[in-house]
Amino acid sequence: MTGALDTDVLVLGGGPAGTWAALAAASAGARVVLADKGYCGTSGPTASGGNNLWYLPPDGPGDARARAVESRFEQSGRLADRRWMARVLDETYRRVDDLAAWGYPFPEEDGVQLRGSLQGPEYMKRMRRRVHRSGVTILDHHPALRLLVDDWGVVAGAAGLARQRAAAPWTVRAGAVVLATGGCAFLSGAFGTNVDTGDGHLMAAELGAELSGMEFSAAYALSPAHGAHTKGLMMQFATYTTEDGAEVEVPDPLTARTRVAELLAAGERVYARLDRAPRDLRAAMREAQPNYFLPLDKAGIDPFRDRYPVRMVLEGTVRGTGGLRIVADDCATTVPGLFAAGDVATREPVSGAVSGGGAYNGAWAISSGTWAGAGAARFGAGRARPRAVPAGRAGLEPGALDPAEVVAAVQAEVLPLDRNYFRTRAGLRRSLARLDALWRRVAAEGVAGTGRDRLRARQAAALTAHARWSYRAALARDESRGLHRLVGAPTRDEYEHRILTGGLDEPWTAPEPPADPRLGPPPVPWSADPVHESPGALA
Amino acid sequence: MIEIVSRERCVGCDKCVEVCPTNVFDTGADGVPSIARQDDCQTCFLCEAYCPVDALFVDPRSHPLPQPPDERALAAAGTLGAYRRQIGWGRGRTPGARLAVGPALNRSGPPLTS
Repeated sequence: MTGALDTDVLVLGGGPAGTWAALAAASAGARVVLADKGYCGTSGPTASGGNNLWYLPPDGPGDARARAVESRFEQSGRLADRRWMARVLDETYRRVDDLAAWGYPFPEEDGVQLRGSLQGPEYMKRMRRRVHRSGVTILDHHPALRLLVDDWGVVAGAAGLARQRAAAPWTVRAGAVVLATGGCAFLSGAFGTNVDTGDGHLMAAELGAELSGMEFSAAYALSPAHGAHTKGLMMQFATYTTEDGAEVEVPDPLTARTRVAELLAAGERVYARLDRAPRDLRAAMREAQPNYFLPLDKAGIDPFRDRYPVRMVLEGTVRGTGGLRIVADDCATTVPGLFAAGDVATREPVSGAVSGGGAYNGAWAISSGTWAGAGAARFGAGRARPRAVPAGRAGLEPGALDPAEVVAAVQAEVLPLDRNYFRTRAGLRRSLARLDALWRRVAAEGVAGTGRDRLRARQAAALTAHARWSYRAALARDESRGLHRLVGAPTRDEYEHRILTGGLDEPWTAPEPPADPRLGPPPVPWSADPVHESPGALA
Repeated sequence: MIEIVSRERCVGCDKCVEVCPTNVFDTGADGVPSIARQDDCQTCFLCEAYCPVDALFVDPRSHPLPQPPDERALAAAGTLGAYRRQIGWGRGRTPGARLAVGPALNRSGPPLTS
């Protein structure tokens, strides 16, 4: 599509969160357009891999859900939110029921479907089909570059380029926008994440959106050294060894392997072999996880027999936790008319300081997508949008800097283990000084490129902004907690709160204000109130 | 990274052009898509999954190979289109999703698809 469209709800991003948002908005009666940077159905890490789900039936044994919430709260560095976790469990359960009703081929055991995990290509192929059949207009290869904002400061659509149609410009005017553009893995190449460059965070921040939990961005995953294949779960069966064959002692080969990171950070080679996998299960493991084994097969490696060198690949805020701050049950951001779902939103409500990789992020995408889509439909249907104009600045107009050089300069600060996995106060300050200087150049000199390379330019700006928020928030958290590892700094009780950040030319951080106990339970979001459909209610 | 679009097998449906999330392919003047932006390939194998005639080969290394691999040898070994076969896509195959029997493998731990 080129030119202009008008709709009630525009969803940016076609991964799980975006597709669930589109379905929810459409089923609320809204007209919906979904624009994906790539192809809705293959874009993003879920389509490439798949995920477990944080999935517990309500009729489980005893108080299984309550116990799951409590244990996750402790695991989260005590920054998750029990009420949100309960909501996610409930919503995920009901939506997975939908998936089953639509015919998703869950495995069965003794006639009972096992619904605790989803295979990525199948899941997202079916989600696309469902979205299409719901009457949603899908725009593939339509990256958004900027949001539109109206006279009242309310988000009123987005604009971008159609990269398979000679980069022709497109505009979609909308009553509300759901951002589902994913996290940011800094173009590290980690499996399926290269579409996740933080474009949505940048567009939102340009309108004053706040972010939260950006210090929890140092998520790395293991892959074979020759690639970036970061499928994680098989590593539960791994034994790690150094060059001389000595075993690297780790408390848990999947979740507690800091020693491996230390060795890799020191430039040593580390090898893995899945020799803890029970022999009688190996054939079934291959069938269950072809996209783990195929790349190794093609490289001539039998991971049960051979030891193979590994490396750690940054997954940033994809498997990390930080993102746009959510301020209402319908996933409204701090910008009116703008909702956030999936990895572009902070996942602190379910994961706090730790990675939500896999099960929690998978459940979050389904639930937050559903809530954001419904919220955007309530907000956007029929809303007037006086004089909607494009917002945004950095990297939008052609300039002098080479986008590849900007990306490389950002990656030099965020990819190395000794800068990001193992953080130090001095190291963070040095990186921030260089990143701030880079941002000033991006803003002042612009980034080069014409046609569809405008996307590369904008991505370069987005990566720069993302790195600065991550490291600023990291400096503001003067302790270690979860994914934020500050060398020599233990966890401190006085930091048992979230940290907000935002801003572009003048980034800021602030502790999240504690909820005022006098206010009682959280208020019903105002956008959910049907009498507040007119933008005048913003006052 | 993507290394091969088999001229012998390609039927010119342009599905790979459509589904590649990072826009690596261009449509070809002769109907066979070209690998126009190999550096943008993120080695996700999804083009291989969607190609209806097993005409694609994605190498597991995340850098281009100095020489393209030997297509005939790969075809003989059944490696072209291997991912499509392994996830059970294509007529007459059982969807791989149905075989992802995670919980049965390790009851104490999480199921095996992440």
